Amino acid sequence: MHADPRDIAPSAGPVRRSKRSLLATAPLSARIAMLIILAYLLVAIFAPLLAPFGEAEVVSQMPYAPPDAQFLLGTDQLGRDQLSRLIYGARNSMGIALATTLISFTLGSLLGITAAVLGGWVDQVLSRFVDVIMAIPQLIFALILLSIAGSSIPNLIIIIALLDSTRVFRVSRAVAMNVVAMEFIEAARLRGEGLAWIIRREILPNIMPTLIAEFGLRFCFAFLTISALSFLGLGIQPPTADWGSMVREASSLIAYGNLTLFIPAIAIAVLTISVNLVVDWFLDRASGLRNAN
Amino acid sequence: MQTDNAHLLDIRDLRVEGESDGQWSTLVDGVSLTLRRGEVLGLVGESGAGKSTLGLAALGYVRPGCRITGGQVIFDGRDLLSLPEDQRRPLRGHRISYVAQSAAASFNPAHSLMNQTIETAVQRHLMPATEARNAATQQFRRLSLPHPDSIGKRYPHQVSGGQLQRIMTAMAMHCGPDLIVFDEPTTALDVTTQVEVLASIREAVEARGTAAIYITHDLAVVAQMAHRIMVLRHGKLVEEGETQAMLDAPQQDYTRSLWAVREVQKTTLQAAEKPLLTIQGLNFSYGKAGPKALEGIDLTVPRGRTLAVVGESGSGKSTLGRVIAGLNVADSGQVTFDGQVLPRRIGQRDKDLMRRIQLVHQSADTALNPRHTVRELIARPLETFHRLRGSERERRVQELLEMIELGPRYADRLPSELSGGQKQRVNIARGLAAGPDLMICDEVTSALDQLVQEGILRMLLNLQAELQISYFFITHDISTVRAIADGIVVMHHGRIVEAGPRQDVLSPPHHPYTELLLGSAPQMRTDWLTDLLASRAASASAP
Amino acid sequence: MNALGRTILQRLALGLMSIVIVSVVVFSSLEFLPGDFASSVLGRSATPETVAAFRQELGLDLPAVQRYFHWIGGVLQGDLGNSFAGRAFTPRPVSEIVMPRLWNTLFLAGITAAIAIPVAVLLGLLAALYRNSRFDRLVNASTLSTIAMPEFLVAYMVILALAVKFPLFYAMSTLSPGMSFTERLGAVALPVLTLSLVIIAHMMRMTRAAIIGVLASPYIEMARLKGMAPWRIITRHALPNALGPIVNVIAFSLAYLVVGVVVIEVVFVYPGIGQTMVDAVRNRDIPVVQACALIFAATYIVLNLIADIIAIATNPRLLHAR
Repeated sequence: MHADPRDIAPSAGPVRRSKRSLLATAPLSARIAMLIILAYLLVAIFAPLLAPFGEAEVVSQMPYAPPDAQFLLGTDQLGRDQLSRLIYGARNSMGIALATTLISFTLGSLLGITAAVLGGWVDQVLSRFVDVIMAIPQLIFALILLSIAGSSIPNLIIIIALLDSTRVFRVSRAVAMNVVAMEFIEAARLRGEGLAWIIRREILPNIMPTLIAEFGLRFCFAFLTISALSFLGLGIQPPTADWGSMVREASSLIAYGNLTLFIPAIAIAVLTISVNLVVDWFLDRASGLRNAN
Repeated sequence: MQTDNAHLLDIRDLRVEGESDGQWSTLVDGVSLTLRRGEVLGLVGESGAGKSTLGLAALGYVRPGCRITGGQVIFDGRDLLSLPEDQRRPLRGHRISYVAQSAAASFNPAHSLMNQTIETAVQRHLMPATEARNAATQQFRRLSLPHPDSIGKRYPHQVSGGQLQRIMTAMAMHCGPDLIVFDEPTTALDVTTQVEVLASIREAVEARGTAAIYITHDLAVVAQMAHRIMVLRHGKLVEEGETQAMLDAPQQDYTRSLWAVREVQKTTLQAAEKPLLTIQGLNFSYGKAGPKALEGIDLTVPRGRTLAVVGESGSGKSTLGRVIAGLNVADSGQVTFDGQVLPRRIGQRDKDLMRRIQLVHQSADTALNPRHTVRELIARPLETFHRLRGSERERRVQELLEMIELGPRYADRLPSELSGGQKQRVNIARGLAAGPDLMICDEVTSALDQLVQEGILRMLLNLQAELQISYFFITHDISTVRAIADGIVVMHHGRIVEAGPRQDVLSPPHHPYTELLLGSAPQMRTDWLTDLLASRAASASAP
Repeated sequence: MNALGRTILQRLALGLMSIVIVSVVVFSSLEFLPGDFASSVLGRSATPETVAAFRQELGLDLPAVQRYFHWIGGVLQGDLGNSFAGRAFTPRPVSEIVMPRLWNTLFLAGITAAIAIPVAVLLGLLAALYRNSRFDRLVNASTLSTIAMPEFLVAYMVILALAVKFPLFYAMSTLSPGMSFTERLGAVALPVLTLSLVIIAHMMRMTRAAIIGVLASPYIEMARLKGMAPWRIITRHALPNALGPIVNVIAFSLAYLVVGVVVIEVVFVYPGIGQTMVDAVRNRDIPVVQACALIFAATYIVLNLIADIIAIATNPRLLHAR
């Protein structure tokens, strides 16, 4: 029985939209971007199977050999196969950026949401601390810390993750604050619900789209920061293959019209642009859903 | 102004569509209307009837995300829809002007009120700036604004809502337009302020003989303002006629049902023997040094009865509800619930006390988590308060859905897939699921259309008869009080000014504030405002 | 005191506090160095005596608090200590290394800002005004790509185009003391172009977003219904309310400029403070790292502070208090 025939509900479509229809609505650019990201992931995972030579294996007498049938992209300054370096570089660069993002994200979002829900002094202490850290430009802070600790991969991951978690904190606190202001949180408190339930069941489902998008952006940021550091010679150290260092190693050749450095540089750009395109579409869609509500 | 007997405005078969989420839906579906010079037309309908869209179309304007798919809007002999933009724009603000619902949001915070009022006249070179300023001051005076000579120097946030609404009317009239579109100009105002604004708008429009389209959902208001009324529903015209005739003898069922609201009247019950909730000497202020939001509150809520708390915004009625719920902590005073002193904070109350007092929020849109289904929403109190699981819980969810007159098929819907009224029912069901003795209802019907309100009030009365729940019913609306209250408490500036059984409070003699409040509630007769203003003028001039 | 003055004072205090805390952080970086760094700085030839003398010069035998005040007192008078590089022979004062480089960087950043800010704000306004037009979509796609790219890729693309394919400029931006102003301008052309491209992309997107946010307000609809022309709506009704956000965008981008300069200076081998800092980090020349970090952080904080204060001062609600 319907309460009041005049009280018309918005046309109730399918009660829960399936994941597949979500993908089907993506524009062409976002779909291509998703395919590219998938390809990058596959290359990273199956690097040892795909690379014709070893990561640091010197395979040619000739440094900077031009591309030929054996070395499809030529060789680098030590006579290592460029293609193999590029493939292993995918694994190293992406793996390190991903590890960094996972740490910064877990730390930042947990603290951010907790600060939003608890408020009071917990929020004050955490927020002021983050304000101070963020008052120093991130790259500069990273440089100070690296000059003290030295550039090893674990140091790199921990330093970038800690610094970047402050931004995740800000974002997740801000979106969680919007939800905390809602009356359903008050209703949950009036039921005597605990902190864990409020975060997991009331807040997280509402801020998930924003957090997922933020994860993509943070990954790009970490990826670019680590590439920049490696490019400066302060990030991932040889003989580990990574794209930022590969650009640096080939950079002196550009004056002679040699374009090798663009291969790793474009590899970086294509990935970050793809992630940005997917995030852009995702945010667009999420905000569209919110408007419909 | 080619011919005098031609209509000033002639809208023919207008169709407007709006986009949401990539889909176009019809907002205005083939509506035609005509307006003579100096005539005031009332557009009446519930939310989603297409009133505002139609009103804006009279200026040849559609909101972003909407499009006109057919029809004509002929203003003074020219079709606004086929005019090029640079010929249409000069008409706006000069020959046709607009008064928006929220004056606070519709004034630019960066400019003084005077500069905004005279902007069109000065930009269009209709008059020199000094003359424009003088004319605006004249308008301010005519609309009985305080300090008409200096109020224009102020900025929007420095002026009250009722005054802003009158300044917006002054702005709309400044260039002496032929037509003004009023879009719910008093909906956001308190009733006592509404009377003043209505009176000044009506006087100003009558004095200059301006034609107007007056959009509202409130029939009693439109009865005071309009010569003719059009009823809209779902973007279509339902009925049209002279105001008096429309009030006396509406032809369509839908119109009759709109006219017939507020039939619900609670049968008078004996004042119950034992009080459920007693408040003594309660004070509350926001912050330590803040002004008192509640002062010396004493009241009782009898078991199984409804205490209605009436007041305007800022009267402290919602704050009082939140003090009882344990969300606001009183500075002093005592609240006794079922014989025991109620701990002040929600955190100090045990689970059973939490269960026995339930708060139902005004807006179901923010009170229901948009990511939870109806089932999840209703089931959670069953789990936390009654430890129900599995099939037992499911059976109870179904029962509750029946109680709020929604079927079991609604259990899997998300709030966004329900109408406003259905959402509010689910909101109430969640309160009921706890099995409370006292339900604090904070303006639960205020945001809803009249007919939907009616259904919910009826449901609340049935539930009370069945379950013997006490309601602490917070509202600003006198007709809602008539419908649901056993006892009434009238609040003003944080104090109780009058309290007693319903008949006693609603019949004279009244406390002066109650008198003002009751008198300001519009009534469904065309001469209500005229009579009210006359009687107030008489009592003001009397010694 | 009025609300405006109070808010501005609060911000000033907060900014000052941030600078103090930054200085503490920068200072303590020396504390975390491994114990044997003195001998590694001085090299193999160092005798125990010279190591001990070096440790004493750094004041490592004094309590940290005392050393901090000594250090910060020196910094305030322009004394940034001595560089570790070439320590064993002749100690060079840090200020002698850093100051000329700082001017070079300010020259580069200043010219970039003078070009990028007006262009970015104008493009942002146009994109907001012609939202969803072909122009808007083109600008949107190209700025999104620019932001997502590493800065060095933009730099090398500029070099490839304007120094290799069409050799209009040199790929290396070397400055020499005798150069005239125009010669200097020619030398920094490519780094300025690269930085501008990156900054404009950021700033233009944020300006567009700020204006579009304001354009959704009811008072903009009211201005349209009052028959105001589109350009007047943007400049008179939207811009004054978007000023706060836009100023913040500009400050954010300038601060970004300060940092982005590090990578760009390395690419173009430009003798600026960013290049200096990278070299110092590589050589673990801590006093130089500290000096550069302090300069970068202080600039960043001050720029943000100025933006904050302008944003507050242009807020009509604070400007015309009740």
